[in-house]
Amino acid sequence: MLVRPKDGILDPQGQAVESSLRQLGFAVAQARVGRVVDLDVDAPTPAAARAAVERMCEQLLANPLIERFHVEIAVPAPGEAERPVEA
Amino acid sequence: MSRVDPRIAVVVFPGSNDHDDAAWALAALGADPVPVWHGDPRLPDVAAVVLPGGFSYGDYLRPGAIARFAPVMDAVRAFAGAGGPVLGICNGFQVLCEAKLLPGVLRPNASLSFVCRDVRVRVEQPNTPFTARCDSGQTLTIPVKHGDGCFFAPPDVLAELEARGQVVFRYAEGENPNGSVADVAGVVNARGNVMGLMPHPEHAVDPLLGSGDGALVLASLVETARHRELAAA
Repeated sequence: MLVRPKDGILDPQGQAVESSLRQLGFAVAQARVGRVVDLDVDAPTPAAARAAVERMCEQLLANPLIERFHVEIAVPAPGEAERPVEA
Repeated sequence: MSRVDPRIAVVVFPGSNDHDDAAWALAALGADPVPVWHGDPRLPDVAAVVLPGGFSYGDYLRPGAIARFAPVMDAVRAFAGAGGPVLGICNGFQVLCEAKLLPGVLRPNASLSFVCRDVRVRVEQPNTPFTARCDSGQTLTIPVKHGDGCFFAPPDVLAELEARGQVVFRYAEGENPNGSVADVAGVVNARGNVMGLMPHPEHAVDPLLGSGDGALVLASLVETARHRELAAA
């Protein structure tokens, strides 16, 4: 799952990254810095896994006052690399 | 016969580092501080609770985000729900916000730098259990030391806090060390019995160390606790 600062919320970390990228000569309009949390979840279906992760986000992983979150589910298949089934 | 010194719990989380200073200051001001481990599901018989400064659980995820699930926090929530005075200092403030016992959230300082210096804060609300010894508009010199002290609340919540007089401390003009919205340095809940502030009153109880102004805050709490014990006796 991805946690990002909400739009309009001051993100000093993003501003620092933005100004560093500009110093390197990259044309960057804006940078926002969030966080990725990879979770292994046992669930009967991708939808059940998503529901569980959303509850985790609401209760701990994100603070809804300042952050929004986005959940991506990947189902590992036997002999296959993990692949996202939903974005 | 009632006890002379009111008992005040000082909760210790893994990563707390100001609990000893808080206990020392409370004792110097006439209280009987009682250390309480975060894993204890109950509070001892106390008249007030202090959540001290530090870096509970390494500040992982967000400061206070993990500490709020500590077993003792259920007891702190019940204590506050029953009207008991709870004071959160620095990390304690962050924990109270994450626990939703106080509105808003403390974010990384706008400068991204850790700040450690004396700041002047103005008393906006002397009518609380934590500021009864202060005068309205009085300026106190109290040190801050934090990396995540930027108070934020959505505009509607902030307007409500202002309207209800829940902003207890504000950084004096030109002093805001962290980018806090409306220069907020400390807030109290709607009921008036739970307060958090970023400055450290426990580090300012002796003029020898630069300022004794923090004693006004802690002495107010000790007095509140004493009254509660006498009323309960």
